[in-house]
Amino acid sequence: MTFLKALLLGDAQADRVVPPTGFTAQLTLFVSGAMAFLCVFALALSMASGRVADRWADELARAATLRINAPAAQKAAQTEAALKILQQTPGVASARALTAEEQAALLSPWFGSGLPVDSLPIPQLIEVIEDEAGYDATGLRLRLQAEVPGAVLDDHARWRRPLVDAALALRRLSVVSILLIGGAMAAMITLAANAALSANAQVIEVLRLVGAQDSYIAQAFVRRFTLRALAGGGAGMALGMIGVLLMPAASDEGGFLTGLGFQGVGWLLPLLIPLLGGAVAFVATTRAANKKLGELA
Amino acid sequence: MGPNVIELDNLGYNYGGGELLSDVSIQLGSGSFHFLTGPSGAGKTTLLKLCYGALTPTSGRVRAFNMDVRGLDRDQMAHLRRRIGVVHQDCRFLDHLTLKENIALPLTVSGRDIADEEANLRELLSWVGLTDRMDARPPELSGGERQRAALARAVILSPDVIIADEPTGNVDWEMSQRLLRLLVELNHMGKTILVATHDLSLIRAAKNQVQARVLRISSRQLQLAGADL
Ligand SMILES: Nc1ncnc2c1ncn2[C@@H]1O[C@H](COP(=O)(O)OP(=O)(O)O)[C@@H](O)[C@H]1O
Ligand SMILES: [Mg+2]
Repeated sequence: MTFLKALLLGDAQADRVVPPTGFTAQLTLFVSGAMAFLCVFALALSMASGRVADRWADELARAATLRINAPAAQKAAQTEAALKILQQTPGVASARALTAEEQAALLSPWFGSGLPVDSLPIPQLIEVIEDEAGYDATGLRLRLQAEVPGAVLDDHARWRRPLVDAALALRRLSVVSILLIGGAMAAMITLAANAALSANAQVIEVLRLVGAQDSYIAQAFVRRFTLRALAGGGAGMALGMIGVLLMPAASDEGGFLTGLGFQGVGWLLPLLIPLLGGAVAFVATTRAANKKLGELA
Repeated sequence: MGPNVIELDNLGYNYGGGELLSDVSIQLGSGSFHFLTGPSGAGKTTLLKLCYGALTPTSGRVRAFNMDVRGLDRDQMAHLRRRIGVVHQDCRFLDHLTLKENIALPLTVSGRDIADEEANLRELLSWVGLTDRMDARPPELSGGERQRAALARAVILSPDVIIADEPTGNVDWEMSQRLLRLLVELNHMGKTILVATHDLSLIRAAKNQVQARVLRISSRQLQLAGADL
């Protein structure tokens, strides 16, 4: 804690012993700003694709219905037969015939509530719930065709399965992007820190001559780079958030593209970006300084 | 004379070429005053660097405060530097800092708060006569001002030993006498002093102010100089 305090508040005297080097300062600010900006979008993309994958996967799981179109006399028997087949089908978690009330409720938006369901030739509906693995739709259809002539399997939501896979892949890619952004930032800051250390080799020598320990010299550099990364990261994050805010709100028509944003506490997540950037700069500069000071010894 | 603060035993050194120093032995007793002389290029600066651990001998041994300098790690070396004040031949200031900040640098890097040391710092500035120059940058200083500032920086941590490399190198006679008086004052305060100089008139002038021994490097060896000075 005292270490963190020392790092943030610093020591005005200690800060002056290493002269500021213009270009490494600007490079660090720019790189951490640009990386934080990109990181906000990668994060937004990962969260949005995660949400879409969850929602679609949910719909997928309870999507299929089996319709039994049979003359009234055969309806009960065919429903029975279909349920039996479904129970035996691998990949079907459960199957259940809807009650007359449920069917009436489904139809009421179109025909009003006073519908005499019993007296109409309405097909019987069976709700089919898949398990994780899913069932073989073609095989199931063939079997139903042979044994339940009136059965029609409606699995329209199944077409979304590749989309769910794509959304999950997109989320993985954006997580990989965030890691790459962090790695690229670490590499650039290491280069900038090395340049600053080399440019100040004479200063480092003088500091050693007057009794400075390596930890003191390293900290003078580390503090500077960490603060710059925090500042650049903060600015980049703010700009990125404005960009995300300007995206249109989520809508069903736009589907996935318009939903590219944060939700609820998700809005707090990008605040971690500058902190992580600062941590990356801290580690990168500490390593660079220790290595360089070893070489200069 | 107290116990030895710096001892060189059968020390040899070369920069990779031929032997520059061979079989050099010195003992600097606590509170002693030594001059190190010899022609330019004889190895005076090299010998001083060996004394404060900036160079490692190719043979023989250097002991400072009863520690073998070769065995020190980098942190211990930093602490040794705080106990030996060095006036470097080229002063070694940081040009982006003011004179006062340069003089306070040993305090700063050892983590002390300058505000607490303000009184000491002012006293030291007035002792070397640089009070009105404390905000100047090193490049604006005259030769004499630089040398006095370098001496002030060397003594700010109140080290036991002060090593000065040609402290009167770029100054006129009057200024060299003033610097000599400062060094003699420090010796009277009990500091161990080692001064490298090729200026024999400085050594002659010192004779009636302080009990100084004169060591001379000639043909790679160190000799105690006699009355021929
Ligand atoms: N870093 C170095 N590398 C190689 N040779 C050096 C180095 N420093 C000094 N020398 C050589 O060592 C000799 C002694 O140098 P120095 O100790 O500076 O002598 P002095 O201080 O007596 O004038 C000189 O010939 C000089 O050229
Ligand atoms: Mg010299």
